[in-house]
Amino acid sequence: MSNVPNDPDVPPRRPTPRILACNQKARQLAALVLAQRGQARALTQDPPPTQYPYGCTTIFAPGWEVDSGNGTHGLCQPIERDLYDCYHTCYWPAQVPDGVTNSPKWTMSCGAPMQDWKSIDLVFP
Amino acid sequence: MQLQTVLHRRFRGERGAEFVYVASSAAILGVDAATGAVVDAFAVPGGRDQDAWIADQADRELAESTLHDLVDLGVVRPVGESPAPRATLPPMPFPLATLVLNVTNKCNLTCTYCYEYGEDRLTAGDGSKGTGKPKMDDDTARQSIDFLMRSSGDRPQVSITFFGGETLLNFPAIRVATEYAEETAKSFKKRVHYSLTTNATLLTDEVVDFLTKHRFGITISIDGDQQDQDRHRKFQKGVGSFDVIEPRIRHLLVTNKERKGRSIGARVTLTSGAAPVPHTYRFLTQELGFDEVGFAPVTAGLGRDYALGEKGYQKLLREFGELAEDYVAAALRNETHGFANLGDLLRELHQGVNKAHPCGAGLGLLGVSTEGELGLCHRFVESKSHSVGTVTTGIDEATRTAFLTQAHIDNKTDCTQCFARPLCAGGCYHEAHVRYGDATVANLHYCEWIRGFIDLGLRTYGRILEANPKFFARFES
Ligand code: SF4
Ligand code: SF4
Repeated sequence: MSNVPNDPDVPPRRPTPRILACNQKARQLAALVLAQRGQARALTQDPPPTQYPYGCTTIFAPGWEVDSGNGTHGLCQPIERDLYDCYHTCYWPAQVPDGVTNSPKWTMSCGAPMQDWKSIDLVFP
Repeated sequence: MQLQTVLHRRFRGERGAEFVYVASSAAILGVDAATGAVVDAFAVPGGRDQDAWIADQADRELAESTLHDLVDLGVVRPVGESPAPRATLPPMPFPLATLVLNVTNKCNLTCTYCYEYGEDRLTAGDGSKGTGKPKMDDDTARQSIDFLMRSSGDRPQVSITFFGGETLLNFPAIRVATEYAEETAKSFKKRVHYSLTTNATLLTDEVVDFLTKHRFGITISIDGDQQDQDRHRKFQKGVGSFDVIEPRIRHLLVTNKERKGRSIGARVTLTSGAAPVPHTYRFLTQELGFDEVGFAPVTAGLGRDYALGEKGYQKLLREFGELAEDYVAAALRNETHGFANLGDLLRELHQGVNKAHPCGAGLGLLGVSTEGELGLCHRFVESKSHSVGTVTTGIDEATRTAFLTQAHIDNKTDCTQCFARPLCAGGCYHEAHVRYGDATVANLHYCEWIRGFIDLGLRTYGRILEANPKFFARFES
């Protein structure tokens, strides 16, 4: 998709040299595709991206136990807080219930986690 | 990863250009031979492994980037990809755009195939003596206008269509409604567009003067030359109507041209035994002077002698194909052609229309019965089963939403594998109601005809695009 300026206002007739966007719908689609090209990229890519998305889950890390530098200093401190931080701020969908859409009241029953973490209920997906 | 070409239709222009119509998006893409081959290669049951396929290609880099482009444009997708989120209804209450006023359910003709009179009718009683009031009174006409203004949200323009029976049997109501709409529209700051369908028997000078003055969009139901017209379109005593309507139509067309009115169309009901479509088209445009002609195959229960059998539909498609040649020739000269069915189809194809519902019935359009009852459209107005309120009490939104939810294309599982889906979306509710007793099901008895016609549209689109792409600019809004 090289020969068309990356500008969604210009209806690209030719998203690639080999494909012609003929009708209006195809042109809209091609404009959208072109506008989004290059937006999704691996963070390890060279040159590295200048903007990092928010949240720990969007950083490529080998696992929950270590951060991208193979240490623990990039994780939530202390790491016991992960439970809450993943739930509230980072939205870590696999390990803890997500507080955004499905389980907004998950930790309501627990006032002081140091003492009563056991009162946090189980969530069945 | 396993990839597969999505539901699509391939077609070619005359000079070898290749195209893909993608059913999920209604996009039309022109592809070169190599790209077309990729589309085909992945159009196999179960799809193909992309790495294995790329490894097999002579020019791997080209193959990979072509595949990548096709994936991005939604032509080839991962197998088992979760479907795109279902398109929900637009925010309800959806503002009305068009109200169809059935100003009378009486008619002065007794066309054998008419749904008001024949065995297929929905009205109880016998058509002209139906259960509803035979004519809409002036109050109901005015209430209908008020209702439309109230229910059309902030649309700057609304349409009022008059329908019947024979619409002009109640010309007084048309006059009252039009003049009242003119007044009311001012306070609502809206423009109003009027249209009407008539059998032309009552087009007196006074009527013609009124209609052209208010710039009505006029559709005349006429089946063709004298022989075709008189075959089914008869007065109650059995006399054909051609001799009565011909001079009236000529007078209307001339007056309308003088006043630079909107284009006037003929609507032809096609029955078995009718003259070939190109002949009828030429007669109506060249002999009588119509601007455009639309053809509709008759709605008929099986076994009627005028019904089009399977052979009849095949013949019709061939004749449509012949008339399409004229359309292409005109398009290459950059001229509009009056074959309305094809023109409408090409417009929808060019815009990439992708319908969740087959038509605007119940959504932007409602019908009003002579008594002020609201129906999904003009054909439903007398059918109590699909009443959606009255012009005085307003729309029964719960019933309306329930109907539209049920009638959504996603519920028509029969249509999931059909490339014609973006334009057909299961077809006319009324037809389904008559045929299957359920307005929300797909009209599967029509599929071959619909697909054949849309296929003709695609091929025509390709041919014009190849030779004169500028032609389609007229369809862009
Ligand atoms: S009714 Fe038939 S032609 Fe229409 S979308 Fe459904 S399957 Fe296709
Ligand atoms: S339901 Fe049928 S008759 Fe009514 S508006 Fe839709 S297509 Fe037309």
